[in-house]
Amino acid sequence: MADEVKLFGMWASPYSLRVELALKLKGIPYEYIEEDLSNKSSLLLKYNPVHQKIPVLVHNGKPVAESSVILEYIDEIWRDNPVLPQDPYDRAMARFWAKFIDEKIQPTARNANLAEEKEREQAVEECCQQLKMLENELQGKPFFGGDTMGYLDIAALVIAFWFEVVREVVGLDLITEERFPILCKWIGKLQDIDVINECRPPKEKHVNYVRARYEAAKAAASN
Amino acid sequence: MVEVEIAKSMAEEVKLFKTWSTPFGLRVVWALKLKGIPYEAIDEDLSNKSALLLQYNPVYKKVPVLVHNGKPISESLVILEYIDETWKQNPLLPQDPLEKARERFWAKFNDEKLLQSIWGVFAKEGKEREEAMAASMENLKFVEEELKGKKFFGGEKIGLADITFGWLANLICVFEEVTGLKMIDERFPLLLAWIQEFSQHPIIKDAGPPHDKLVIKYQALYEKFHPAK
Repeated sequence: MADEVKLFGMWASPYSLRVELALKLKGIPYEYIEEDLSNKSSLLLKYNPVHQKIPVLVHNGKPVAESSVILEYIDEIWRDNPVLPQDPYDRAMARFWAKFIDEKIQPTARNANLAEEKEREQAVEECCQQLKMLENELQGKPFFGGDTMGYLDIAALVIAFWFEVVREVVGLDLITEERFPILCKWIGKLQDIDVINECRPPKEKHVNYVRARYEAAKAAASN
Repeated sequence: MVEVEIAKSMAEEVKLFKTWSTPFGLRVVWALKLKGIPYEAIDEDLSNKSALLLQYNPVYKKVPVLVHNGKPISESLVILEYIDETWKQNPLLPQDPLEKARERFWAKFNDEKLLQSIWGVFAKEGKEREEAMAASMENLKFVEEELKGKKFFGGEKIGLADITFGWLANLICVFEEVTGLKMIDERFPLLLAWIQEFSQHPIIKDAGPPHDKLVIKYQALYEKFHPAK
């Protein structure tokens, strides 16, 4: 019986991209279902009743939710081209830094982007400190995963592409060549990878989308 | 094979930086004990962190930190997975990838949803507290549902999810005593039964900090959050 793999995702979500990229890197055929988050499908609600969010992977009818959980699942079922390293300590480090991106870098970046004039400098500084710690993990390697992309590269794509879009909308350049030469070099490499370009959000559409959300967030914050 | 594993671990150096009361550190204690791994516990004073802790966890400067043969790992769930992958006896995670995913999902749910909502009830006031209570009830319902037909979240044996939810077994009663609010009541019979089973497990039973000491600590914290007017 052939494997049936479906991915419920959303074109502008970095979490959705993580799963898509992992599937593509491993050459796993899948059906992609685009969700309208303002009008969630009954299937999505059935497959992820707890969070009612994307991404959800449905493998032979069985759902798996939460992008980090899905990535580990994918790696365990389809063992070619592993996304996580083999060594337990290296795996721990990959998991640690992926968590750090979601729990530290993303929120501090959001704060920096939404900050009022007088708080902006400190908010930017805080975000840059976190980014520096992450950049140190790239020392002497083309990718976080070593010679090829791995789990942490996949998790860090949000920094590569979403930050660039937000910069266009907000005007705040967090990842400058001057401050983060190694991160910038890594981002440059990603731009040339076909599988990434196949699934990353289309630039202009993405900028418009983020601009609309940013305006809404600013309006809400000032109320 | 188990003897070889234990002999191997005897030659290894395992240190755990924690505090006497941290539920996150206690998770790691439970995991080490379940697997019979000898370790040295170092209880930190968080108001005066040791140079070693800061060296081993420069990113967060928090406990717990596991140091295995000189190499540090922090973040309790990351530590638990490391322990399970390094010492294979008494696995915390099942073999089947879908079941593994389920355990990881619920561990995340505890840390990102349940814990936050219950902490909100403890720490917040007024409308924020009401909202936290409503969220906590919703979250507890999901957890109760997950226990249907099972003795532990891991099935017949304690696993990663049980260890992650384990703080409910020794801290909820403390919260309820300090706040005067009942959170896990007869609406959650499966959770209540699980708390009994989990607390009575030989490894879990005497491993945690004393109840009375926890009450004193959380009472003081509660008073800070809710100063008498």
